Amino acid sequence: MNRVRKLFTRLRAGHRCGLIAYVTCGDGPTVEIVHALEDAGADAIELGVPFSDPIADGPVIQMAAQRALKNGTNIGDVFAIADEVRTRSDIPLIAFSYLNPVLRYGVDRFADDAATAGIDSVLLTDLPTEAAAEVRPSFRKRGLGSIFLLAPTSSDARIAAVNRVSDDFIYYVSTTGVTGTRNELDPTLLTRLDEVRARVTKPLAVGFGISQHVHYELLRDHCDAIVVGSAIVRAVASGDAAGAPGRAAAVVKTILDRDAPAPLLSPAT
Amino acid sequence: MTRSETRPRAGSLPDRRGYFGEFGGRYVPETLMAALDEFEAAYRNLRRDRAFQSELDDVLRDFVGRPTALTEAKRFAEACGGMRLFLKREDLNHTGAHKINNAIGQALIAKRMGKQRIIAETGAGQHGVATATACALLGLDCVVYMGEVDMARQELNVFRMRLLGAEVVPVSSGSRTLKDAINEAIRDWVTNVRTTHYIIGSVLGPHPYPLVVRDFQSVIGREALGQLKKRTGAVPDVAVACVGGGSNAIGLFYEMLQHDSIRFIGVEAGGRGPALGQHAARFSGGALGVLHGTRSMVLQDEFGQIAETHSISAGLDYPSIGPEHAYLQQIGRIEYYDCSDDLALEAFHKLSELEGIIPALESSHALGWLLRNGASIGREKIVVVNLSGRGDKDVPQIAALEMTR
Repeated sequence: MNRVRKLFTRLRAGHRCGLIAYVTCGDGPTVEIVHALEDAGADAIELGVPFSDPIADGPVIQMAAQRALKNGTNIGDVFAIADEVRTRSDIPLIAFSYLNPVLRYGVDRFADDAATAGIDSVLLTDLPTEAAAEVRPSFRKRGLGSIFLLAPTSSDARIAAVNRVSDDFIYYVSTTGVTGTRNELDPTLLTRLDEVRARVTKPLAVGFGISQHVHYELLRDHCDAIVVGSAIVRAVASGDAAGAPGRAAAVVKTILDRDAPAPLLSPAT
Repeated sequence: MTRSETRPRAGSLPDRRGYFGEFGGRYVPETLMAALDEFEAAYRNLRRDRAFQSELDDVLRDFVGRPTALTEAKRFAEACGGMRLFLKREDLNHTGAHKINNAIGQALIAKRMGKQRIIAETGAGQHGVATATACALLGLDCVVYMGEVDMARQELNVFRMRLLGAEVVPVSSGSRTLKDAINEAIRDWVTNVRTTHYIIGSVLGPHPYPLVVRDFQSVIGREALGQLKKRTGAVPDVAVACVGGGSNAIGLFYEMLQHDSIRFIGVEAGGRGPALGQHAARFSGGALGVLHGTRSMVLQDEFGQIAETHSISAGLDYPSIGPEHAYLQQIGRIEYYDCSDDLALEAFHKLSELEGIIPALESSHALGWLLRNGASIGREKIVVVNLSGRGDKDVPQIAALEMTR
């Protein structure tokens, strides 16, 4: 059982909603940021592989990818980051990428190097379940989990298909749209989440637009984990490199902090 | 395998999952999968729906101006070394290019699906203008994404789209050209997928787009075959078209593919030269990859980052190519060559001076290939070139270019 699956078993046993933190590799001091996120309470890390044409990402992560590519970051650097994190930490690591960099690197070679670097699971944003067979057998051979997405528009048949092939958990996209922070969650999200949860057997993580403590409070009884991305990436970018780990950690602490003031949220309709 | 065994039968590809051999497919975020299923189902019904087909035929005839003329270009043919050369005059379509064939077809489907909002990407501006025009005709809302670089070099088309009531959104990310306009259109679609139909302008993107766009553009070759038969009593020996995404080429070639005797030439943008970033020649410089929802030949670096491209022609300035082209190249049915910026410019001038037709810079690439290679074809041969668009949109750019030379 890989670290991601163990985490979700632990979360369920403890009746706790976890927090998965996303970072764009190569945008700022990624290894230090990962350690700071873990110390602040993140349960798992998504390591974003920068890509030139990130169609599922909003401006914050787009710009982070551009900065990382400008810094010369490539897939090899992502493995080096994972490798270095592993010298000090056992935190579950999920590689988060678009399909093309993986295809170009070679699926088998990617699986070998990701597993060797201590990565646990892989999520490819633009790989639907129909094409799962292109990567999953190779990932599985190296003990890597394949993670698939569900969305508000997913049909019941698609929910069933994702539940079949998504290995360690299912990533539920909270709203129709790209990544990025939003003040208000989709008003139909909680109802929809309960609907989806009733149809799946795998753990469910919810991402896209989640950036505030109140979001966490609302979601914690409806899913196994939340994913926080753009809020962290924005914090990393909003100052000097030396302060980036501290700023990223502060985002996680604020979201998990029960005593933080709750911003207004429109009631579910 | 002999050629007759590998020859694709009309309508046999893509397969049910949207693949042409190993190319094509559907590689998009989960959010869009339902919309693609809906679009595919709607199209499969309408493809056999007589009322829909007759509505489309009416609009193509009465609004677009089809059938377009087939013009014999005797003086240009001599400049190419001599042959019987015919130009399929897609430049004479309403809005000045072949793009309207697909824009009208997809807008009619959107209307049947009850989607009131249309988005599109555009490079040269021709697809944007065509989509804005179709939306004006059918009373649909229209938003067009266009890279800032392309907006500067195709100012006139930006103004035309706005005159037609479309909103033109400048795209400032990445290379600020067609590729980035598609990224932004996809992001819009992911966000507004329930109310919006995305009219992709070429035989690109996730299944069923390469199929749908091909079907709507195949009217070009169907007409050309009939017209050539009437004029020459024969099918052509050679068919030539420029290839950006590849819609005008597939449009001309598709119905002709059933004739084994025809030689097909696709001409890509050779730009300034063979270094990565200086051209848009996907077959000589690209590798298998996935971009914008489809698996095809893609210009990219060793780490799978998509390369920037260059062409004097905005409509050919794109790092990937339609998956059906990738397949037809792989099985050897279509030959692909490239034509440099300079050669395209030379052909642009030659056709203007010798035939009284100012061609689009895109189409000038097909003419440029013929200018350089026509002598080896043979005087008695019948050649058809898709004159995919008119050059009016390019005149300010050419004037500026030649002022600085």
